[in-house]
Amino acid sequence: MSRISIEQVKHVAHLARLAITEEEAEMFTKQLDAIITFAEQLNELDTENVPPTSHVLNMKNVMRDDVPTAGLPLEDVLKNAPDQQDGQFRVPAILE
Amino acid sequence: MALFDYKLSELHGMLHKKEISVSDLVDESFKRIAEVDEKVQAFLTLNEEQARAKAKELDEKLATETEFGLLFGMPIGIKDNIVTKGLRTTCASKILYNFDPIYDATVMERLHEADAITIGKLNMDEFAMGSSTENSGFQLTRNPWDLERVPGGSSGGSAAAVAAGEVPFALGSDTGGSIRQPAAFCGVVGLKPTYGRVSRYGLVAFASSLDQIGPITRTVEDNAYLLQAISGLDPMDSTSANVDVPDYVSALTGDIQGLKIAVPKEYLGEGVSEEVRQSVLDALKVLESLGATWEEVSLPHSKYALATYYLLASSEASANLARFDGVRYGYRTDNAKNLIDMYKQTRSEGFGNEVKRRIMLGTFALSSGYYDAYYKKAQKVRTLIKRDFENVFEKYDVIIGPTTPTPAFKIGEKTSDPLTMYANDILTIPVNLAGVPGISIPCGFVDGLPVGLQIIGKHFDESTIYRVAHAFEQATNYHKQKPTL
Repeated sequence: MSRISIEQVKHVAHLARLAITEEEAEMFTKQLDAIITFAEQLNELDTENVPPTSHVLNMKNVMRDDVPTAGLPLEDVLKNAPDQQDGQFRVPAILE
Repeated sequence: MALFDYKLSELHGMLHKKEISVSDLVDESFKRIAEVDEKVQAFLTLNEEQARAKAKELDEKLATETEFGLLFGMPIGIKDNIVTKGLRTTCASKILYNFDPIYDATVMERLHEADAITIGKLNMDEFAMGSSTENSGFQLTRNPWDLERVPGGSSGGSAAAVAAGEVPFALGSDTGGSIRQPAAFCGVVGLKPTYGRVSRYGLVAFASSLDQIGPITRTVEDNAYLLQAISGLDPMDSTSANVDVPDYVSALTGDIQGLKIAVPKEYLGEGVSEEVRQSVLDALKVLESLGATWEEVSLPHSKYALATYYLLASSEASANLARFDGVRYGYRTDNAKNLIDMYKQTRSEGFGNEVKRRIMLGTFALSSGYYDAYYKKAQKVRTLIKRDFENVFEKYDVIIGPTTPTPAFKIGEKTSDPLTMYANDILTIPVNLAGVPGISIPCGFVDGLPVGLQIIGKHFDESTIYRVAHAFEQATNYHKQKPTL
Protein backbone atom coordinates (compact mmCIF):
# COMPACT_ATOMS: atom_id res chain seq x y z
CA MET A 1 0.00 0.00 0.00
CA SER A 2 1.37 3.40 -0.84
CA ARG A 3 1.80 5.89 1.99
CA ILE A 4 1.32 8.98 -0.11
CA SER A 5 -0.77 9.51 -3.25
CA ILE A 6 0.03 11.75 -6.19
CA GLU A 7 -2.87 14.02 -5.14
CA GLN A 8 -1.32 14.38 -1.69
CA VAL A 9 2.07 15.19 -3.22
CA LYS A 10 0.46 17.91 -5.34
CA HIS A 11 -1.32 19.28 -2.28
CA VAL A 12 1.92 19.27 -0.24
CA ALA A 13 3.73 21.02 -3.11
CA HIS A 14 1.03 23.70 -3.09
CA LEU A 15 1.34 24.14 0.70
CA ALA A 16 5.13 24.44 0.30
CA ARG A 17 4.66 26.93 -2.57
CA LEU A 18 6.40 24.73 -5.12
CA ALA A 19 5.16 24.42 -8.70
CA ILE A 20 5.73 20.88 -9.94
CA THR A 21 5.03 19.31 -13.31
CA GLU A 22 3.03 16.11 -13.74
CA GLU A 23 6.28 14.24 -14.35
CA GLU A 24 7.88 15.65 -11.19
CA ALA A 25 4.75 14.81 -9.21
CA GLU A 26 5.13 11.17 -10.26
CA MET A 27 8.85 11.10 -9.40
CA PHE A 28 8.35 12.74 -5.99
CA THR A 29 5.42 10.44 -5.18
CA LYS A 30 7.61 7.40 -5.74
CA GLN A 31 10.55 8.81 -3.78
CA LEU A 32 8.54 10.23 -0.89
CA ASP A 33 6.58 6.99 -0.64
CA ALA A 34 9.85 5.05 -0.26
CA ILE A 35 11.16 7.49 2.38
CA ILE A 36 7.91 7.49 4.37
CA THR A 37 7.68 3.70 4.21
CA PHE A 38 11.24 3.54 5.50
CA ALA A 39 10.37 6.04 8.27
CA GLU A 40 7.50 3.88 9.48
CA GLN A 41 10.00 1.52 11.07
CA LEU A 42 9.75 3.97 13.99
CA ASN A 43 6.36 2.38 14.71
CA GLU A 44 8.21 -0.72 15.97
CA LEU A 45 9.04 1.30 19.07
CA ASP A 46 6.68 1.85 21.96
CA THR A 47 6.99 5.55 22.74
CA GLU A 48 3.75 5.88 24.74
CA ASN A 49 5.52 7.24 27.83
CA VAL A 50 8.51 8.88 26.18
CA PRO A 51 8.61 12.69 26.16
CA PRO A 52 9.51 14.33 22.82
CA THR A 53 12.89 16.08 22.40
CA SER A 54 12.74 19.33 20.49
CA HIS A 55 16.04 20.64 21.78
CA VAL A 56 18.98 18.79 23.34
CA LEU A 57 20.15 21.30 25.94
CA ASN A 58 18.39 22.12 29.15
CA MET A 59 17.54 25.70 28.39
CA LYS A 60 14.25 27.49 28.29
CA ASN A 61 13.05 31.04 27.70
CA VAL A 62 16.42 32.73 27.26
CA MET A 63 15.75 36.35 28.20
CA ARG A 64 17.65 39.56 27.56
CA ASP A 65 17.08 43.17 28.55
CA ASP A 66 14.72 44.98 26.22
CA VAL A 67 17.04 47.73 25.06
CA PRO A 68 16.07 49.65 21.92
CA THR A 69 18.77 49.73 19.24
CA ALA A 70 18.87 51.23 15.77
CA GLY A 71 17.39 49.13 12.98
CA LEU A 72 19.12 48.44 9.69
CA PRO A 73 19.52 51.34 7.26
CA LEU A 74 16.88 51.22 4.50
CA GLU A 75 19.58 51.09 1.86
CA ASP A 76 20.98 47.87 3.34
CA VAL A 77 17.56 46.29 3.73
CA LEU A 78 16.70 46.88 0.08
CA LYS A 79 20.15 46.10 -1.24
CA ASN A 80 19.34 42.52 -2.29
CA ALA A 81 15.71 43.08 -3.30
CA PRO A 82 14.83 41.73 -6.77
CA ASP A 83 12.42 44.65 -7.19
CA GLN A 84 11.78 47.80 -5.16
CA GLN A 85 10.04 51.12 -5.36
CA ASP A 86 9.86 54.16 -3.04
CA GLY A 87 11.80 52.42 -0.30
CA GLN A 88 9.62 49.32 -0.34
CA PHE A 89 9.76 45.77 -1.69
CA ARG A 90 7.75 45.55 -4.89
CA VAL A 91 5.82 42.35 -5.71
CA PRO A 92 3.40 41.28 -8.47
CA ALA A 93 -0.31 41.91 -8.01
CA ILE A 94 -1.78 40.10 -5.02
CA LEU A 95 -5.34 40.20 -6.37
CA GLU A 96 -6.05 39.68 -10.05
CA MET B 1 57.75 21.08 2.37
CA ALA B 2 54.81 23.28 1.39
CA LEU B 3 53.96 26.16 3.73
CA PHE B 4 50.66 24.62 4.75
CA ASP B 5 52.39 21.43 5.88
CA TYR B 6 53.40 23.43 8.93
CA LYS B 7 51.03 23.79 11.88
CA LEU B 8 49.75 27.16 13.08
CA SER B 9 52.23 27.18 15.96
CA GLU B 10 55.12 26.60 13.55
CA LEU B 11 53.88 29.22 11.08
CA HIS B 12 53.59 31.74 13.90
CA GLY B 13 57.20 30.99 14.87
CA MET B 14 58.27 31.60 11.27
CA LEU B 15 56.30 34.85 11.12
CA HIS B 16 57.89 36.19 14.29
CA LYS B 17 61.35 35.25 13.08
CA LYS B 18 60.55 37.09 9.83
CA GLU B 19 61.24 33.95 7.80
CA ILE B 20 57.87 34.44 6.15
CA SER B 21 55.27 37.20 5.95
CA VAL B 22 51.50 37.06 6.15
CA SER B 23 51.46 38.01 2.47
CA ASP B 24 53.48 34.85 1.73
CA LEU B 25 50.75 32.77 3.38
CA VAL B 26 48.00 34.45 1.37
CA ASP B 27 50.10 34.14 -1.82
CA GLU B 28 50.52 30.44 -1.11
CA SER B 29 46.73 30.02 -0.91
CA PHE B 30 45.99 31.79 -4.18
CA LYS B 31 48.93 30.14 -5.93
CA ARG B 32 47.71 26.71 -4.90
CA ILE B 33 44.12 27.56 -5.86
CA ALA B 34 45.35 28.65 -9.32
CA GLU B 35 47.26 25.36 -9.63
CA VAL B 36 44.68 22.83 -8.47
CA ASP B 37 41.20 24.29 -8.13
CA GLU B 38 40.39 23.77 -11.78
CA LYS B 39 40.55 20.07 -10.93
CA VAL B 40 39.15 20.11 -7.38
CA GLN B 41 36.53 22.87 -7.85
CA ALA B 42 36.28 23.58 -4.13
CA PHE B 43 35.81 27.36 -4.29
CA LEU B 44 32.66 29.16 -5.43
CA THR B 45 33.85 32.72 -4.75
CA LEU B 46 37.32 34.12 -4.08
CA ASN B 47 38.07 37.07 -1.82
CA GLU B 48 41.45 37.84 -3.35
CA GLU B 49 41.61 41.62 -3.29
CA GLN B 50 40.38 41.92 0.30
CA ALA B 51 42.58 39.03 1.46
CA ARG B 52 45.73 40.60 0.03
CA ALA B 53 44.87 43.97 1.56
CA LYS B 54 44.27 42.30 4.92
CA ALA B 55 47.62 40.48 4.65
CA LYS B 56 49.41 43.80 4.12
CA GLU B 57 47.63 45.29 7.10
CA LEU B 58 48.64 42.32 9.27
CA ASP B 59 52.24 42.48 8.06
CA GLU B 60 52.34 46.08 9.28
CA LYS B 61 50.80 45.02 12.56
CA LEU B 62 53.47 42.32 12.87
CA ALA B 63 56.20 44.94 12.51
CA THR B 64 54.72 47.49 14.92
CA GLU B 65 52.53 45.78 17.51
CA THR B 66 52.90 43.15 20.20
CA GLU B 67 49.37 41.75 20.56
CA PHE B 68 48.20 39.28 17.93
CA GLY B 69 44.98 37.36 17.36
CA LEU B 70 44.86 33.62 17.95
CA LEU B 71 44.71 32.84 14.21
CA PHE B 72 46.99 35.68 13.19
CA GLY B 73 47.57 35.67 9.42
CA MET B 74 45.99 32.27 8.86
CA PRO B 75 44.19 31.81 5.52
CA ILE B 76 40.76 30.28 5.93
CA GLY B 77 38.03 29.09 3.57
CA ILE B 78 34.38 29.45 4.57
CA LYS B 79 31.51 27.16 3.66
CA ASP B 80 29.08 29.11 1.54
CA ASN B 81 26.16 28.87 3.98
CA ILE B 82 27.91 31.17 6.48
CA VAL B 83 27.10 34.79 5.72
CA THR B 84 30.04 37.07 4.97
CA LYS B 85 29.42 40.79 4.75
CA GLY B 86 30.03 42.06 1.23
CA LEU B 87 31.15 38.61 0.02
CA ARG B 88 28.62 36.66 -2.04
CA THR B 89 26.94 33.87 -0.06
CA THR B 90 24.91 31.38 -2.10
CA CYS B 91 24.39 28.15 -0.08
CA ALA B 92 25.31 26.65 -3.50
CA SER B 93 21.72 27.41 -4.54
CA LYS B 94 20.47 29.25 -7.60
CA ILE B 95 17.90 30.90 -5.36
CA LEU B 96 20.74 32.87 -3.68
CA TYR B 97 23.00 33.17 -6.75
CA ASN B 98 23.51 36.91 -6.24
CA PHE B 99 23.06 37.30 -2.46
CA ASP B 100 25.37 39.92 -0.96
CA PRO B 101 25.03 39.73 2.85
CA ILE B 102 24.65 42.95 4.81
CA TYR B 103 26.14 41.52 8.00
CA ASP B 104 28.75 39.02 9.16
CA ALA B 105 27.94 35.76 10.93
CA THR B 106 29.18 35.74 14.55
CA VAL B 107 31.87 33.21 13.61
CA MET B 108 33.12 35.65 10.95
CA GLU B 109 33.34 38.47 13.50
CA ARG B 110 35.32 36.15 15.75
CA LEU B 111 37.64 35.18 12.91
CA HIS B 112 38.25 38.88 12.20
CA GLU B 113 39.05 39.47 15.87
CA ALA B 114 41.44 36.51 15.71
CA ASP B 115 43.22 38.09 12.69
CA ALA B 116 42.38 35.26 10.29
CA ILE B 117 42.13 35.99 6.57
CA THR B 118 39.12 34.91 4.51
CA ILE B 119 40.33 33.43 1.21
CA GLY B 120 36.93 32.60 -0.26
CA LYS B 121 33.67 30.68 -0.09
CA LEU B 122 33.48 26.93 -0.48
CA ASN B 123 31.16 24.66 -2.41
CA MET B 124 28.61 22.45 -0.66
CA ASP B 125 25.42 20.51 -1.26
CA GLU B 126 22.63 23.01 -1.82
CA PHE B 127 21.50 24.31 1.61
CA ALA B 128 23.73 21.60 3.17
CA MET B 129 21.35 18.86 2.03
CA GLY B 130 23.46 15.99 0.81
CA SER B 131 26.43 13.73 1.44
CA SER B 132 28.53 14.18 -1.69
CA THR B 133 28.43 17.87 -2.72
CA GLU B 134 26.81 16.61 -5.94
CA ASN B 135 23.71 18.62 -5.00
CA SER B 136 25.50 21.93 -5.51
CA GLY B 137 23.57 24.17 -7.88
CA PHE B 138 26.83 25.38 -9.42
CA GLN B 139 29.70 22.89 -9.71
CA LEU B 140 30.99 19.42 -8.96
CA THR B 141 33.73 19.30 -6.31
CA ARG B 142 36.08 16.36 -6.64
CA ASN B 143 37.96 14.35 -4.04
CA PRO B 144 41.66 15.35 -4.13
CA TRP B 145 42.65 11.70 -3.48
CA ASP B 146 40.78 10.48 -6.56
CA LEU B 147 39.16 12.98 -8.90
CA GLU B 148 36.57 10.40 -9.99
CA ARG B 149 35.21 10.27 -6.45
CA VAL B 150 33.08 12.60 -4.33
CA PRO B 151 34.65 14.64 -1.52
CA GLY B 152 31.68 13.84 0.72
CA GLY B 153 29.22 16.45 1.88
CA SER B 154 27.67 18.65 2.56
CA SER B 155 30.91 20.52 3.50
CA GLY B 156 32.70 18.88 0.54
CA GLY B 157 34.35 22.09 -0.65
CA SER B 158 35.72 22.80 2.85
CA ALA B 159 37.26 19.34 3.30
CA ALA B 160 38.59 19.17 -0.27
CA ALA B 161 40.20 22.63 -0.05
CA VAL B 162 42.10 21.66 3.13
CA ALA B 163 43.11 18.26 1.72
CA ALA B 164 44.31 19.87 -1.52
CA GLY B 165 46.47 22.34 0.42
CA GLU B 166 44.53 25.37 -0.84
CA VAL B 167 43.88 26.62 2.70
CA PRO B 168 45.15 25.32 6.05
CA PHE B 169 41.83 26.13 7.78
CA ALA B 170 38.17 25.90 6.80
CA LEU B 171 34.78 26.22 8.42
CA GLY B 172 32.02 23.76 7.66
CA SER B 173 28.61 23.04 9.14
CA ASP B 174 27.28 19.70 10.35
CA THR B 175 23.58 18.80 10.62
CA GLY B 176 23.81 15.02 10.16
CA GLY B 177 27.52 14.47 9.46
CA SER B 178 28.33 17.26 7.01
CA ILE B 179 31.70 18.09 8.60
CA ARG B 180 32.82 14.62 9.74
CA GLN B 181 31.86 12.65 6.64
CA PRO B 182 33.72 14.86 4.11
CA ALA B 183 36.65 15.10 6.56
CA ALA B 184 36.78 11.28 6.56
CA PHE B 185 36.54 11.07 2.75
CA CYS B 186 39.26 13.69 2.25
CA GLY B 187 41.64 12.53 5.01
CA VAL B 188 41.47 15.65 7.18
CA VAL B 189 40.36 16.55 10.72
CA GLY B 190 36.77 17.77 11.14
CA LEU B 191 34.90 18.45 14.38
CA LYS B 192 31.19 18.91 15.00
CA PRO B 193 31.03 20.77 18.30
CA THR B 194 28.39 20.22 20.99
CA TYR B 195 25.08 21.77 19.98
CA GLY B 196 25.23 25.30 21.42
CA ARG B 197 29.05 25.51 21.59
CA VAL B 198 29.33 27.76 18.52
CA SER B 199 26.89 30.51 17.61
CA ARG B 200 24.64 29.77 14.65
CA TYR B 201 23.93 33.45 14.04
CA GLY B 202 24.57 34.00 10.34
CA LEU B 203 24.57 30.29 9.48
CA VAL B 204 21.78 29.98 6.92
CA ALA B 205 19.44 27.64 8.79
CA PHE B 206 18.72 24.11 7.55
CA ALA B 207 17.60 22.24 10.70
CA SER B 208 17.92 24.60 13.63
CA SER B 209 17.90 21.98 16.40
CA LEU B 210 20.79 20.07 14.75
CA ASP B 211 23.00 22.56 12.86
CA GLN B 212 26.46 23.42 14.20
CA ILE B 213 29.40 25.24 12.61
CA GLY B 214 32.78 23.56 13.13
CA PRO B 215 36.46 23.53 12.11
CA ILE B 216 38.18 21.51 9.36
CA THR B 217 42.00 21.38 9.40
CA ARG B 218 44.89 19.07 8.70
CA THR B 219 45.93 18.52 12.33
CA VAL B 220 44.13 18.16 15.64
CA GLU B 221 46.11 21.02 17.17
CA ASP B 222 45.09 23.44 14.42
CA ASN B 223 41.52 22.24 14.82
CA ALA B 224 41.62 23.09 18.53
CA TYR B 225 42.90 26.61 17.77
CA LEU B 226 40.10 27.25 15.31
CA LEU B 227 37.40 25.96 17.69
CA GLN B 228 38.89 28.15 20.42
CA ALA B 229 38.50 31.22 18.22
CA ILE B 230 34.84 30.66 17.28
CA SER B 231 33.31 29.16 20.46
CA GLY B 232 31.24 30.72 23.18
CA LEU B 233 28.01 32.44 24.14
CA ASP B 234 26.50 34.88 21.67
CA PRO B 235 23.56 37.13 22.52
CA MET B 236 22.50 36.90 18.85
CA ASP B 237 21.87 33.13 19.15
CA SER B 238 19.68 32.21 22.10
CA THR B 239 20.59 28.54 21.65
CA SER B 240 24.30 29.26 22.11
CA ALA B 241 25.24 27.93 25.53
CA ASN B 242 26.39 29.90 28.53
CA VAL B 243 29.16 27.42 29.27
CA ASP B 244 32.79 28.44 29.76
CA VAL B 245 35.12 27.76 26.86
CA PRO B 246 38.18 25.86 28.13
CA ASP B 247 41.69 26.14 26.67
CA TYR B 248 41.46 23.38 24.07
CA VAL B 249 45.12 23.42 23.06
CA SER B 250 46.27 22.85 26.63
CA ALA B 251 44.18 19.64 26.62
CA LEU B 252 46.56 18.14 24.04
CA THR B 253 48.79 16.42 26.58
CA GLY B 254 49.31 13.19 24.67
CA ASP B 255 48.30 11.31 27.82
CA ILE B 256 45.34 8.93 27.55
CA GLN B 257 46.44 6.51 30.27
CA GLY B 258 43.32 4.97 31.85
CA LEU B 259 40.93 6.35 29.22
CA LYS B 260 37.74 4.29 28.92
CA ILE B 261 36.53 3.80 25.36
CA ALA B 262 33.13 2.45 24.35
CA VAL B 263 32.80 0.82 20.93
CA PRO B 264 29.15 0.41 19.90
CA LYS B 265 28.55 -2.94 18.22
CA GLU B 266 26.07 -1.19 15.93
CA TYR B 267 28.95 0.88 14.49
CA LEU B 268 30.98 -2.12 13.38
CA GLY B 269 28.13 -4.30 12.18
CA GLU B 270 26.12 -4.72 9.03
CA GLY B 271 26.71 -2.16 6.29
CA VAL B 272 30.23 -1.23 7.45
CA SER B 273 32.87 -2.44 5.01
CA GLU B 274 35.40 -5.00 6.21
CA GLU B 275 38.34 -2.70 5.41
CA VAL B 276 36.87 0.20 7.37
CA ARG B 277 36.11 -2.12 10.28
CA GLN B 278 39.70 -3.36 10.25
CA SER B 279 41.10 0.21 10.19
CA VAL B 280 39.04 1.07 13.27
CA LEU B 281 40.13 -2.08 15.11
CA ASP B 282 43.76 -1.24 14.27
CA ALA B 283 43.22 2.29 15.60
CA LEU B 284 41.83 0.86 18.84
CA LYS B 285 45.04 -1.20 19.19
CA VAL B 286 47.07 1.99 18.87
CA LEU B 287 44.97 3.62 21.59
CA GLU B 288 45.35 0.52 23.79
CA SER B 289 49.12 0.73 23.37
CA LEU B 290 48.86 4.29 24.73
CA GLY B 291 47.12 3.10 27.89
CA ALA B 292 43.44 3.24 26.99
CA THR B 293 41.01 0.35 27.35
CA TRP B 294 37.95 -0.41 25.24
CA GLU B 295 34.82 -2.46 25.57
CA GLU B 296 31.96 -3.24 23.26
CA VAL B 297 28.69 -1.49 24.17
CA SER B 298 25.28 -1.06 22.57
CA LEU B 299 23.47 2.04 21.34
CA PRO B 300 20.30 0.04 20.77
CA HIS B 301 18.30 2.73 18.95
CA SER B 302 20.98 3.48 16.35
CA LYS B 303 19.04 1.79 13.56
CA TYR B 304 16.19 4.27 14.05
CA ALA B 305 18.40 7.35 13.79
CA LEU B 306 18.24 7.70 10.02
CA ALA B 307 14.43 7.74 9.86
CA THR B 308 14.23 10.03 12.89
CA TYR B 309 16.70 12.42 11.34
CA TYR B 310 15.02 12.66 7.94
CA LEU B 311 11.65 13.41 9.50
CA LEU B 312 12.95 16.01 11.95
CA ALA B 313 15.56 17.71 9.74
CA SER B 314 13.17 17.89 6.79
CA SER B 315 10.39 19.30 8.96
CA GLU B 316 12.68 22.03 10.29
CA ALA B 317 13.97 22.68 6.77
CA SER B 318 10.47 23.10 5.38
CA ALA B 319 9.90 25.91 7.88
CA ASN B 320 13.37 27.47 7.56
CA LEU B 321 13.35 27.54 3.77
CA ALA B 322 9.97 29.26 3.61
CA ARG B 323 11.87 32.56 3.68
CA PHE B 324 13.17 32.10 0.14
CA ASP B 325 10.24 33.67 -1.67
CA GLY B 326 11.77 36.07 -4.19
CA VAL B 327 10.69 39.17 -2.26
CA ARG B 328 13.60 40.40 -0.15
CA TYR B 329 16.68 38.80 -1.65
CA GLY B 330 17.91 36.26 -4.15
CA TYR B 331 16.43 34.97 -7.35
CA ARG B 332 12.97 35.93 -8.61
CA THR B 333 11.21 34.38 -11.59
CA ASP B 334 10.50 36.51 -14.67
CA ASN B 335 7.21 34.86 -15.47
CA ALA B 336 4.67 35.30 -12.72
CA LYS B 337 1.04 36.25 -13.05
CA ASN B 338 0.42 37.11 -9.41
CA LEU B 339 2.04 36.90 -5.98
CA ILE B 340 1.33 33.22 -5.20
CA ASP B 341 2.43 32.25 -8.69
CA MET B 342 5.62 34.29 -8.19
CA TYR B 343 6.40 32.39 -4.96
CA LYS B 344 5.82 29.02 -6.63
CA GLN B 345 7.74 29.72 -9.83
CA THR B 346 10.64 31.37 -7.99
CA ARG B 347 11.04 28.43 -5.61
CA SER B 348 10.62 25.81 -8.33
CA GLU B 349 13.19 27.44 -10.58
CA GLY B 350 15.54 28.31 -7.70
CA PHE B 351 15.68 25.07 -5.67
CA GLY B 352 17.19 21.76 -6.80
CA ASN B 353 15.41 18.42 -6.51
CA GLU B 354 16.90 17.28 -3.19
CA VAL B 355 15.86 20.53 -1.53
CA LYS B 356 12.35 20.27 -2.98
CA ARG B 357 12.12 16.64 -1.83
CA ARG B 358 13.03 17.52 1.74
CA ILE B 359 10.76 20.56 1.85
CA MET B 360 7.87 18.37 0.72
CA LEU B 361 8.72 15.54 3.14
CA GLY B 362 8.85 18.09 5.97
CA THR B 363 5.65 19.81 4.91
CA PHE B 364 3.94 16.40 4.81
CA ALA B 365 5.29 15.34 8.22
CA LEU B 366 4.06 18.58 9.77
CA SER B 367 0.70 18.68 8.01
CA SER B 368 -2.61 18.21 9.75
CA GLY B 369 -3.38 14.54 10.36
CA TYR B 370 0.26 13.41 10.04
CA TYR B 371 1.99 15.52 12.69
CA ASP B 372 1.57 13.01 15.54
CA ALA B 373 2.33 9.96 13.41
CA TYR B 374 5.55 11.29 11.93
CA TYR B 375 6.96 14.47 13.46
CA LYS B 376 6.05 13.88 17.09
CA LYS B 377 6.90 10.19 16.86
CA ALA B 378 10.37 11.12 15.57
CA GLN B 379 10.83 13.61 18.42
CA LYS B 380 10.06 10.83 20.90
CA VAL B 381 12.52 8.44 19.27
CA ARG B 382 15.08 11.24 19.43
CA THR B 383 14.71 11.08 23.21
CA LEU B 384 15.49 7.34 23.14
CA ILE B 385 18.59 7.93 20.99
CA LYS B 386 19.78 10.68 23.32
CA ARG B 387 19.31 8.36 26.32
CA ASP B 388 21.42 5.66 24.60
CA PHE B 389 24.35 8.09 24.63
CA GLU B 390 23.70 9.22 28.22
CA ASN B 391 23.73 5.61 29.39
CA VAL B 392 27.07 4.84 27.72
CA PHE B 393 28.68 8.07 28.94
CA GLU B 394 27.88 7.12 32.55
CA LYS B 395 30.69 4.56 32.32
CA TYR B 396 32.93 5.65 29.46
CA ASP B 397 34.92 8.75 28.47
CA VAL B 398 34.49 8.55 24.71
CA ILE B 399 32.68 6.49 22.08
CA ILE B 400 34.73 5.38 19.08
CA GLY B 401 33.72 3.94 15.72
CA PRO B 402 34.12 4.63 12.02
CA THR B 403 32.91 7.97 10.61
CA THR B 404 31.46 6.38 7.47
CA PRO B 405 30.59 2.82 6.41
CA THR B 406 32.90 3.00 3.36
CA PRO B 407 35.59 5.28 1.94
CA ALA B 408 34.65 7.88 -0.73
CA PHE B 409 32.32 6.55 -3.42
CA LYS B 410 32.32 7.37 -7.13
CA ILE B 411 30.68 10.47 -8.58
CA GLY B 412 27.18 9.50 -9.73
CA GLU B 413 27.23 6.21 -7.84
CA LYS B 414 24.46 7.10 -5.38
CA THR B 415 22.52 9.91 -7.02
CA SER B 416 19.64 7.84 -8.42
CA ASP B 417 18.12 6.74 -5.11
CA PRO B 418 17.81 9.21 -2.20
CA LEU B 419 17.67 6.44 0.44
CA THR B 420 20.97 4.93 -0.73
CA MET B 421 22.63 8.33 -0.39
CA TYR B 422 21.06 8.90 3.07
CA ALA B 423 22.42 5.54 4.35
CA ASN B 424 25.91 6.96 4.11
CA ASP B 425 25.21 9.03 7.25
CA ILE B 426 24.09 6.24 9.62
CA LEU B 427 27.16 6.62 11.86
CA THR B 428 27.18 10.40 12.11
CA ILE B 429 23.47 11.26 12.42
CA PRO B 430 22.93 9.86 15.96
CA VAL B 431 25.56 12.34 17.23
CA ASN B 432 23.57 15.33 15.95
CA LEU B 433 20.32 13.95 17.36
CA ALA B 434 21.95 13.62 20.80
CA GLY B 435 23.66 17.02 20.47
CA VAL B 436 27.04 15.64 21.56
CA PRO B 437 30.37 16.56 19.92
CA GLY B 438 32.22 14.30 17.48
CA ILE B 439 35.39 14.44 15.43
CA SER B 440 36.69 12.57 12.40
CA ILE B 441 40.44 12.03 12.07
CA PRO B 442 42.39 10.01 9.49
CA CYS B 443 43.02 6.42 10.66
CA GLY B 444 44.14 4.57 7.55
CA PHE B 445 43.79 4.07 3.81
CA VAL B 446 41.88 1.56 1.71
CA ASP B 447 43.07 1.36 -1.91
CA GLY B 448 44.59 4.82 -1.58
CA LEU B 449 41.44 6.37 -0.10
CA PRO B 450 41.39 7.81 3.44
CA VAL B 451 39.35 6.23 6.25
CA GLY B 452 37.98 8.32 9.12
CA LEU B 453 37.93 7.44 12.82
CA GLN B 454 35.04 9.00 14.72
CA ILE B 455 35.54 9.98 18.35
CA ILE B 456 32.39 11.09 20.18
CA GLY B 457 32.39 12.85 23.55
CA LYS B 458 30.08 14.08 26.28
CA HIS B 459 28.23 17.38 25.98
CA PHE B 460 30.78 20.24 26.06
CA ASP B 461 33.70 17.83 26.46
CA GLU B 462 35.51 18.65 23.20
CA SER B 463 38.72 18.72 25.28
CA THR B 464 38.69 14.96 25.85
CA ILE B 465 37.93 14.31 22.17
CA TYR B 466 40.88 16.49 21.18
CA ARG B 467 43.16 14.83 23.73
CA VAL B 468 42.38 11.36 22.35
CA ALA B 469 42.56 12.49 18.72
CA HIS B 470 45.87 14.23 19.30
CA ALA B 471 47.40 11.24 21.11
CA PHE B 472 46.38 9.01 18.20
CA GLU B 473 47.73 11.49 15.66
CA GLN B 474 51.09 11.70 17.42
CA ALA B 475 51.37 7.91 17.36
CA THR B 476 50.53 7.59 13.64
CA ASN B 477 51.47 9.13 10.30
CA TYR B 478 48.14 9.18 8.46
CA HIS B 479 47.71 12.95 8.82
CA LYS B 480 51.03 13.52 7.06
CA GLN B 481 49.91 11.80 3.85
CA LYS B 482 48.95 14.13 1.04
CA PRO B 483 47.11 13.53 -2.21
CA THR B 484 49.07 14.05 -5.43
CA LEU B 485 47.33 16.55 -7.66
